[in-house]
Amino acid sequence: MSEMQEMIIDSTIKIMEKFSTKEVVNEAEQGQWAAELWNVLVEYGMTSVAIPEELGGSDGDYADAFSILRLAGKYSAPVPLAETFLANWLLSELGEYVTTEIMTISYSNNSNPLQFVKEDSGWIVMGKVKNVPWARFAEKLLIQGEAEEGSILALINLKHANIVKGHNLAGEARDEVVFNQVLMDDCKIFSVNSNQMADKIYYGGALTRAIMMAGALENIFELTVNYASERSQFGRPINRFQAVQHHLALLAGETAAANMAANCAVAAFQKASGNKEIALAKIRVNEAAGKASPIAHQVLAAIGFTYEHTLHHSTRRLWAWRDEFGTETDWEKIIAKDLLKLQQNQLWSLVTEVINEEKVEIK
Amino acid sequence: MKTLKIPVVELPKETEILRREVRQFIKEEKEKGAFIPKSDCWLSAVSLEFSKKLGSRGWIGMTWPVRYGGGGRSAIERYVVTEELLAAGAPVARHWIADRQSGPLFLKFGTEEQKNFFLPRIAKGECAFSIGLSEPDAGSDLAAIKTRAVKVEKGWVLNGSKTWTSGAHYADYMITLCRTCPQDSNNRHAGMSQLAVDLTSKGVTIRPIHLMTGEHHFNEVFFEDVFVPDEMVIGEVGNGWAQGMTELAYERSGPERFLSTYPLLNELTNRLIEDEDEEGLAKVSRLVSRLWTLRNMSLGIAQILEQGVPSNIIASLVKDIGTKFEQEIAETARLLVSVVPSIQSGSQLERLMAESILHSPGFTLRGGTTEILRGIVAKGVMQ
Ligand SMILES: Cc1cc2nc3c(=O)[nH]c(=O)nc-3n(C[C@H](O)[C@H](O)[C@H](O)COP(=O)(O)OP(=O)(O)OC[C@H]3O[C@@H](n4cnc5c(N)ncnc54)[C@H](O)[C@@H]3O)c2cc1C
Repeated sequence: MSEMQEMIIDSTIKIMEKFSTKEVVNEAEQGQWAAELWNVLVEYGMTSVAIPEELGGSDGDYADAFSILRLAGKYSAPVPLAETFLANWLLSELGEYVTTEIMTISYSNNSNPLQFVKEDSGWIVMGKVKNVPWARFAEKLLIQGEAEEGSILALINLKHANIVKGHNLAGEARDEVVFNQVLMDDCKIFSVNSNQMADKIYYGGALTRAIMMAGALENIFELTVNYASERSQFGRPINRFQAVQHHLALLAGETAAANMAANCAVAAFQKASGNKEIALAKIRVNEAAGKASPIAHQVLAAIGFTYEHTLHHSTRRLWAWRDEFGTETDWEKIIAKDLLKLQQNQLWSLVTEVINEEKVEIK
Repeated sequence: MKTLKIPVVELPKETEILRREVRQFIKEEKEKGAFIPKSDCWLSAVSLEFSKKLGSRGWIGMTWPVRYGGGGRSAIERYVVTEELLAAGAPVARHWIADRQSGPLFLKFGTEEQKNFFLPRIAKGECAFSIGLSEPDAGSDLAAIKTRAVKVEKGWVLNGSKTWTSGAHYADYMITLCRTCPQDSNNRHAGMSQLAVDLTSKGVTIRPIHLMTGEHHFNEVFFEDVFVPDEMVIGEVGNGWAQGMTELAYERSGPERFLSTYPLLNELTNRLIEDEDEEGLAKVSRLVSRLWTLRNMSLGIAQILEQGVPSNIIASLVKDIGTKFEQEIAETARLLVSVVPSIQSGSQLERLMAESILHSPGFTLRGGTTEILRGIVAKGVMQ
């Protein structure tokens, strides 16, 4: 890890500890915007990492950005940092200058994309999209749609939309965004290859969730280990019981595996490839979430089942995020398609990424 | 959570050449009929000839200094070679223990004479070792061992017995953990030493214990007034426990802790591809995701071990997850293809499945049981 990255991590931890507190997370669930947290992140340039300064970003690379996001996941930061990263990265790739606005992005593989019609004074938009993260707080939405000319990517000012509030398992805003034939004079339209763009958003989104989940897993691991040393029953700390120790060991294993998987996927993404790794990582991290959350709840017992305790900030997020941008099954189907293209005895080539025979093509 | 941090290793480009060399070698050997892939090959596929061939290519003792017959190469290069051999199910059992832990033990604690004597022989694939830890009344509780050595002129006289000793029937030596002082109830780990016992010595009796498959893999070994010369004491007298513990991280985090049943996974995948069974391949994808993660963890540990970072906790954790994964491959495979597993079958898939199922109980026992490992991990993270 670079010195720069260590500094970024240190300052992110400080920011999160101060501004993404239990109260802030709970209030966000009640519908309050975590303005202070967001403003500090903006002030430190943390919403535009991995974008060159010439395009309004704060430089750094993807690994830096994901190290911030990992902590946002660990501290349950109730802000669209992942979405803003993704949107800004895509925009800067299109040569756009990025701003400090609150962004969100939607991935919809639904059969009813937003319809865009060109008018003299702008674009008329029609349609609705579900489960848009943080839409009620965001200023801009980056979303794919259809126009007469073909497939497009649109940057829309959300003031034109009707927003129907919705929530994921963790109480994070996942809103429905509705456009009733509104005329927009301030949207940006890019013509794009529909499938390529959809993949970019899907894989990128999955990576953000994987790394945030790795952070959340680390949080429940720490909470559980600490609790097990503080809570006493039968005259001794519960971590002295072997059954509890085995819970801790399994939790450690899932946490370490998920972090390894997510970090490897980030490393691969950094090298501008990484689709296969993202798929493998999302499967592994999702699996870890499903195994680790029940362990943490078992060890914390009744107190961990309350709203008062913060364990649920992470466990509910893990349960929510594992289904966002692809469940295990979704990603397994994708990997299965790659496997199907292999010749006999080539699984090992896929695992080691060294191919003997030239014929096979591995994504 | 510092103890759980494992670095991401990016394999240097040069290792690709090495990897291809190993693959080419394996391909040729298979074509020659030198071996057929086996599950759990590092335990059960023994071939002196094959071990010697690896030795002559410099693939045993790869990381040891050249002056001792080693290759002077990196831990990562060794990793590449061993994982290729394991994935291919090649007969590596004969030299496995000597290459993995006895050689490194001599390097770390041995005398110059011991290094000059043993290391070149091991590196040639000629000299095999066994591990003498377990005894009838000392399994997980290793400190309960009773085998003892008493000082005499120019050496030690050894009495007692070891059990479950893998490969003692073909090994030349056994690294024997024994008491050289009476047991001290205040410090159970004190007073133990490691001796390199020549298994052809007078007073050594080796009796087979057959696995449930009928295979002869491990043994009972009895010592009756066996004379062990002073030159065969490894490291310090009385420091045997601590020395033995340093082997453990190597022993627990290597690729053999998650690749024992890989040949079955390969064969299963072949079959599913042939059948264009996408649903089955989706189940395999889950296993591939675990395999990929485990391999990266294991590689990360190999790298930090080389840098001298203590890694006992993460190594134990990898062994726990890895061995469970090995068992799961067989459990998944049997549900995806309807075949009748049989050791005698002429079908590769049926045979590998049988080997994997029948060997699976051992995965989570050898080298420290799952229960013991979880205790180590839990205590480690609680600190
Ligand atoms: C294939 C194979 C090869 C082997 N090769 C060798 C070899 O070459 N050399 C050698 O020295 N040994 C060898 N062993 C022995 C191996 O190290 C032991 O089997 C192992 O240490 C367990 O000891 P045990 O079998 O006596 O079981 P026990 O220690 O008697 O354990 C029985 C059960 O009790 C559990 N248990 C014991 N203590 C605790 C505890 N404190 N907390 C919770 N659970 C506990 C164990 O996990 C296990 O489930 C080999 C074993 C196998 C299976």
